[in-house]
Amino acid sequence: MDTLILSRIQFGANISFHILFPTITIALGWVLLFFKLRYNATGDQKWMDTYLFWVKVFALSFAMGVVSGITMSFQFGTNWPGFMEVVGNIAGPLLAYEVMTAFFLEAVFLGIMLFGFSRVKNWVHTLATFLVAFGTTMSMFWIIVLNSWMHTPQGFEMRDGVAHATNWLEIVFNPSMPYRLIHMGLASGLTVAFLIAGLSAFRMLVGDKTEAVKSALRVGVLLGAGLIPVQIFMGDLHGLNTLEYQPQKVAAMEGNWETQSNVPLLLFAIPDQEERKNHFEVGVPNLASIILKHKADGVVPGLNDFVAEDGTVLHPPVGKVFWSFRVMVGTGLAMLALSWGGAYLLRRRGAGNMPKLVLYAFSAMAFSGWIATLAGWYTTEIGRQPWLVQGVLTTEAAVADVPAPMVLSTLIVYLAVYAALIFAYMATITYLAWKAAKGVPLSTRQYPRSGEAEIKAMTPAE
Amino acid sequence: MMTLFGDPAIWLPWTFAALMGLSILIYVVLDGFDLGVGLLMPLADDDEKDRLVASIGPFWDANETWLVLAIGILLVAFPVAHGVILTALYLPVAVMLIGLILRGVSFEFRAKAPLSQKPGWNAAFFAGSLMASLSQGFMLGMYVMGLTWTWAHVGFALLTAAFLTVGYSFIGAAWLILKTDGILQHKAVVWAKGGIWGMILGIGAISLATPFVSARIFDKWFTFPEILYLSPLPILSAALVGYLWWKLRRLPMENDRFAWSPFVAATALFTLSFLGMAYSFYPYVVPEQLTIYEAASAPESLLIILAGTVFVLPAILGYTVLSYTIFRGKATELRYD
Repeated sequence: MDTLILSRIQFGANISFHILFPTITIALGWVLLFFKLRYNATGDQKWMDTYLFWVKVFALSFAMGVVSGITMSFQFGTNWPGFMEVVGNIAGPLLAYEVMTAFFLEAVFLGIMLFGFSRVKNWVHTLATFLVAFGTTMSMFWIIVLNSWMHTPQGFEMRDGVAHATNWLEIVFNPSMPYRLIHMGLASGLTVAFLIAGLSAFRMLVGDKTEAVKSALRVGVLLGAGLIPVQIFMGDLHGLNTLEYQPQKVAAMEGNWETQSNVPLLLFAIPDQEERKNHFEVGVPNLASIILKHKADGVVPGLNDFVAEDGTVLHPPVGKVFWSFRVMVGTGLAMLALSWGGAYLLRRRGAGNMPKLVLYAFSAMAFSGWIATLAGWYTTEIGRQPWLVQGVLTTEAAVADVPAPMVLSTLIVYLAVYAALIFAYMATITYLAWKAAKGVPLSTRQYPRSGEAEIKAMTPAE
Repeated sequence: MMTLFGDPAIWLPWTFAALMGLSILIYVVLDGFDLGVGLLMPLADDDEKDRLVASIGPFWDANETWLVLAIGILLVAFPVAHGVILTALYLPVAVMLIGLILRGVSFEFRAKAPLSQKPGWNAAFFAGSLMASLSQGFMLGMYVMGLTWTWAHVGFALLTAAFLTVGYSFIGAAWLILKTDGILQHKAVVWAKGGIWGMILGIGAISLATPFVSARIFDKWFTFPEILYLSPLPILSAALVGYLWWKLRRLPMENDRFAWSPFVAATALFTLSFLGMAYSFYPYVVPEQLTIYEAASAPESLLIILAGTVFVLPAILGYTVLSYTIFRGKATELRYD
């Protein structure tokens, strides 16, 4: 394997590992704020217990996200120097704003949110919780802006092979940004909804009957049931936007080789890029045309339009995009079925009387958001190949001239570390849930109390 | 001055080099003590380990963010230099990143995983801190040597790796003198005494090597009147080392007086060393190859970052101070409630 493919695998591995954790923290920050506000409003201990459990999951996820994010900021330089050399004038300010407006905000107030409850007034602690949630969301905003610009670049001009910004509003509000931003925000919400529902179901299965876990289950299931139809609708809009700006990606998602009308929606196929056709197609007639063009004889672009005269392939690898897309959609449909079924049962039987089978199903789906999110990102990012910045810079032109064995050796170490950490992460939050379910107290102190009184009690000398 | 600040192609790179330098300095001091505390972990007993972690728990994440800012400024303001430096330092960067990953996640895992796994995560915490410190010292040495891989340069970089690591353990111990009390504080004083030589040898080695790597720097140091500009640095540094030597023999004192002094003196030492290096290497960002003016991004992109920085940096400094104020005093066990 050469440096290019090894570097791509390495960056792909890092960013895949990284995105797992922001996907949790972006939405979990807001859910924590919700728990905290419920506690402030009702004074009910169950909300604080729920908060205290999930803030631990948040802290763990946040640490994983921070350390893997730092890795990526270095890899731009170590593996992809061409990226910053060509589009640094645009990517640079966007990344700088992410660091300045998001990273510090999150990092500083996280300390207060995690360890400051007894040191500051209650409202300051609530404010810290808000600022952490706000910071993670700002971070998502800037990084989605940059990523979207790489898919649908505008507001710049090329001078001597280097992109120069001409209109920052056009850069920030590039055509795919709003769709991608909302799509990712909802993905984060769904990931957290199923994580909360899944871990709460698991706690119930090991015998936890507290009000706190029932409330958490209710929040998780209802959040999931509420968000999934919005996400399906948003995903469709995002697909139409992609059809307009990156038709080759949609062609790969649909496995459609020739530009034609009455394109079927393929449920199964094995795309073959050598022979430029699909094997074992199973499809619903006309459905792809209907989804993408809203009429049965709508013309959908085909992959063969994206091969240059000399045979250079200018569309993404078909099989990977085709199947990533199907995994994402399949997971989304499973989420729809389970969350709506769960919501119905919640209404009929209450959170305390959920059938065991349903609790097992939610436990099994606890990390389903990760699968859908990763599959979605693979669809859109592999779908951008061979471009790094669509129409501006190819991936091949940006890679560093580092010896392949060096990339391979670091790649192996990264993969080993990431595999171990994902295992440790999942084992640890399951252990935390088990510990909480077995009634090991989360807190030995009494609530409510004011932080101010606590400070006085702690520092009598002052 | 007007010529300096008249042309944006001159003052913008200068400003960003200064901002980057400031970020690196803040990082080295703040994460220096975090990493130093991690390096001291094996020397503490089990209960003390928890207090060691508690002394840096609320801060380490924000401290590490200064590294992201520094590398971010290098990336956005001097993209060409970013590529040259990081591809030259490919392996030590990878070691540092894996170290920072291990250190960062161990904070959380050691407190949340089953008790039987805690010694393992403590070891990972130490190993991560050690990897990050050694690789940063190694990169420092390679940078001074001009980023070229020869046996002599690697040998020098291995020396600076060891010295910076001991130096970090020193500032970590100084932090613990400030943040702990009782037996642990006594231990921290002993650790600080054991670590101060790393600072001295590190500063000494880099000071000896730097002027001989480049004739340009040699001239900057040893010609008149330039030698006068530089002379306060070694004199002040020597005075600070003498002060630390004297003070550490007397600490801890009654009513915890002067518990802050080793940390402040260590910070001053780091700052002086840093100023010396900045003075020597200016105007180069890649030593003897690429100046900050050659490597800078387009002025219009730098301006848009600067506009944000002017508002955001004071806010960052403000809430960083707030955080250190809220968590002032001696470190007790960390609690979520």
